[in-house]
Amino acid sequence: MSRGLTELTVSEAGDRLAESEVTAEALTEAHLAAAEAARALNIFVCETPDRALEQARASDARRASGEILGPLDGIPIAVKDLFCTEDVPTTAASHILDGFTAPYESTVSAKLKAAGAVMVGKTNLDEFAMGSSNATSYFGPVKNPWRGKTGKDLVPGGSSGGSAAAVAARTCLAAIGTDTGGSIRQPASLCGVVGMKPTYGRCSRWGIVAFASSLDQAGPITRTVRDAAIVLGVIAGHDPRDSTSARVEVPDFETALRAGDVRGLKVGIPKEYRVDGTPDEIEELWERGADWLRDAGASVEAISLPHTEYALPAYYIVAPAEASSNLARYDGVRFGLRVPGESLDEMYENTRGRGFGPEVRRRVLIGTYVLSAGYYDAYYVKAQRVRTLIARDFHKAFERVDVVLTPTTPSAAFPIGEKMDDPIAMYLNDVFTVPANLSGLPGISVPAGLDADGLPLGLHLIGRPFDEETVLRAAQALENAAKFSGVPDFVEARR
Amino acid sequence: MSFAIEGEAGAWEVVIGLEVHAQVISRAKLFSGAATDFGAEPNTQVSLVDAAMPGMLPVLNHECVVQAVRTGLALDAKINPVSVFERKNYFYPDLPAGYQISQYAQPVVGEGTITLDLDDGSTREVGIERLHLEQDAGKSLHDQDPGRSFIDLNRSGVALMEIVSKPDLRSPEEAGAYLRKLRAIVRYVGACDGNMEQGSLRCDVNVSVRMEGETELRTRTEIKNVNSIRFVMQAIEYEARRQVEAYETGEVVVQETRSFDSGRGETRSMRTKEFAHDYRYFPDPDLLPLVVSADEIERLRADLPELPDVKKRRFVDELGLGPYDAGVLVAEKETADYFEAVLAKGARDPKQVSNWVTGELFRMLNMRGVGIADSPVGPENLGRLIDLVADGTITGRIAKDVFDDMAESGADPAVIVKDKGLEQITDEGAIEAAVEAIVAANPDKAGEVRAGKTKLIGWFVGQVMQATGGKANPRAVNTILLQKLRD
Repeated sequence: MSRGLTELTVSEAGDRLAESEVTAEALTEAHLAAAEAARALNIFVCETPDRALEQARASDARRASGEILGPLDGIPIAVKDLFCTEDVPTTAASHILDGFTAPYESTVSAKLKAAGAVMVGKTNLDEFAMGSSNATSYFGPVKNPWRGKTGKDLVPGGSSGGSAAAVAARTCLAAIGTDTGGSIRQPASLCGVVGMKPTYGRCSRWGIVAFASSLDQAGPITRTVRDAAIVLGVIAGHDPRDSTSARVEVPDFETALRAGDVRGLKVGIPKEYRVDGTPDEIEELWERGADWLRDAGASVEAISLPHTEYALPAYYIVAPAEASSNLARYDGVRFGLRVPGESLDEMYENTRGRGFGPEVRRRVLIGTYVLSAGYYDAYYVKAQRVRTLIARDFHKAFERVDVVLTPTTPSAAFPIGEKMDDPIAMYLNDVFTVPANLSGLPGISVPAGLDADGLPLGLHLIGRPFDEETVLRAAQALENAAKFSGVPDFVEARR
Repeated sequence: MSFAIEGEAGAWEVVIGLEVHAQVISRAKLFSGAATDFGAEPNTQVSLVDAAMPGMLPVLNHECVVQAVRTGLALDAKINPVSVFERKNYFYPDLPAGYQISQYAQPVVGEGTITLDLDDGSTREVGIERLHLEQDAGKSLHDQDPGRSFIDLNRSGVALMEIVSKPDLRSPEEAGAYLRKLRAIVRYVGACDGNMEQGSLRCDVNVSVRMEGETELRTRTEIKNVNSIRFVMQAIEYEARRQVEAYETGEVVVQETRSFDSGRGETRSMRTKEFAHDYRYFPDPDLLPLVVSADEIERLRADLPELPDVKKRRFVDELGLGPYDAGVLVAEKETADYFEAVLAKGARDPKQVSNWVTGELFRMLNMRGVGIADSPVGPENLGRLIDLVADGTITGRIAKDVFDDMAESGADPAVIVKDKGLEQITDEGAIEAAVEAIVAANPDKAGEVRAGKTKLIGWFVGQVMQATGGKANPRAVNTILLQKLRD
């Protein structure tokens, strides 16, 4: 029975709760047990079973008295450990936040809490969300629940690798992550689940440990497109405490999804996304995706996004620049780790030298460098110009098409430890996802098939600003056509 | 007003630019809702944003923008419709985020002008380079414990306006006049309380020297955080002489930050350029560009109070005051308010009122060491006193005594006059009797007057006034005296 409960989607679980076929407590117990059983995958930084059961019982009590807080009431979810949570430690998977518990709740996690969602735990991630493999976490790498035919422990992607693995391993029905350069969509693709980055400004960043403020955006990771729409509806909305959160109406995404199809939709295929070295099977999947949309009534045309090749270099200037400044507050003075020294400067050096891992240090150094006197114009200013050009490319494309279809990643999941000594190869993981961050556009990854090794591959859709409805609709068309039914090896083995 | 340092090689000119940090009067901080009261217990006015907790975001307090724009308008400056907040990055324990949010490339206020009122009554225009908004840092307390430093974040995030002058000032006196005028303007506008002792107005002084006739600027030094106008003037004088001496002895003046030791009256090197920070400014991605609409600018312009220069012109043109007196009256908003409060009632003569305010009132306040806002004699009572003189109830001489009495007791002048029987004696019979008595008692002196020594008439007037307790109408005394001494 309990295995069955973890196989549900959010909407199915919601229906069963509504029909009193299951209690939130039972649903939660099933997922807590799954989380416990999946500990070898190192998905969670912190499991919160007591709190989860308490929330579940409160949800059941509410339901019994007829007051239901919404579609997530009683639904077990996981939260990336980058969202500050009251009473539960927040680590950002970094040694430097040792012992830190925020006296406040991030807007997004507070919205989930207020909607009755049950938090089963906080998920592992790349340290400060910097990475595409989850290997930079202070708490060790997350293992992808998928091994396929490789027989190896694979990365779940990153940085929201823990959240993607949590959903794939059936330890929760949905999770939230953050996406700065692909950190929701890339791990979703590598773990065979749905991951959506909403438009920049759609969800509040208040209370999320900042990586790169102009790029960071929270979003859902789920097993279906419809579930993504449900979760997004809960976490979206203007927040006066975040000046960059947009004052726009939040549509009913789920209803929009149910109401529409993709007939007449115009889909663009950007020719610049044909990157050298992309495996044939990914190219083929991409073409198949275009066919699926065409079959569903959309029209498909080739488009050009001419500045695409500059996106990744621009990203790796802008993101570290902002990070170098955002991470200055971790100085050992007020919270987290402090490693003493003979002088103030030595205390800073010791604390930050030991508190940050190598990838974070690398990015702080890169960021400091590109903002330095004499280099600022050549790097930061130029990267911002590139960013404007990339946004303009999309703007022009969206005069002709409604959504852009690309692969999510240039490869499937790779073995843990690979690419660790080659940052450039690692950074290339984000080549298809980064442009949407640089231009603030909504994007989604939908599981679309398995490669020759039996590992999941995702397709990626990018839409107009604040047009998540169209993106979700197209994603559902892909989902319907792909009929992805793969089950991770880890889950299969447990059955 | 020229100021030159005579060196061995000739005359040197000093070139000064001032950067003033003025704490904005607002209920909340620049980017958080925490309170800004002075003197609160350490770390009691600190929000999560001010302490730079993870994930906290700044939200601009528009009240502070309004104050900056109003000040900009009062400085006749260009208000930039779009300006940008940037991060100034450096590590220090009292700077929790590791960066200060400030404005750099695009400040909210651009070029403006300030008119100096110099001691000789002349005026001089000095350029304002810019005014921008920024956060204050917290305070490091190094003297609480032998082994540790403490941090007070109450001030962290408080809004400051940094007002930068062009290098237009040429003497310590001009620098002093600039600061006084700037302080008056921010007080008139109500954007800053101008209190230098409490640190709500702080000044960094840029000083360089050059030979008279040179057109290029030489290397400047920056004297940080000088906290009184007098010290600013002293620091400039010292620093200019130090630089002249350096040049004349073949040394170099290095661009550096210096501090002013007010005890010794010296400036001292703090850090040279090789240790200078690279602040790595870049636009703060947590904040949108600051947009101030033309409508809002016009609304704020219309709401501005009358400013000192306009007020001064009105006092001269409409009230008939001399430029010097008008300048003194408008120099501090409180003085101008007091003066106008006295004038507001009745048909009082502006010149008389001006004389009273800048004469007796200032003398009394000086003696007591209190500000005009705390004056024991309020504008109401001073006005009544002036009326008592004007309608002949008391003599001008008695009025001064009554004023002193008012300063002691705070009482209504009419009551004092009545209680003490100080009304003027206008009864000619009574005056005549007093005059006759004095003349009769001093036949020798009377004789001298009659022999032509008219200077002695004044002595007789004094004697009569003394005999009447100062209450006799002076004109009547004069007339009667002249009559009696002629006889």
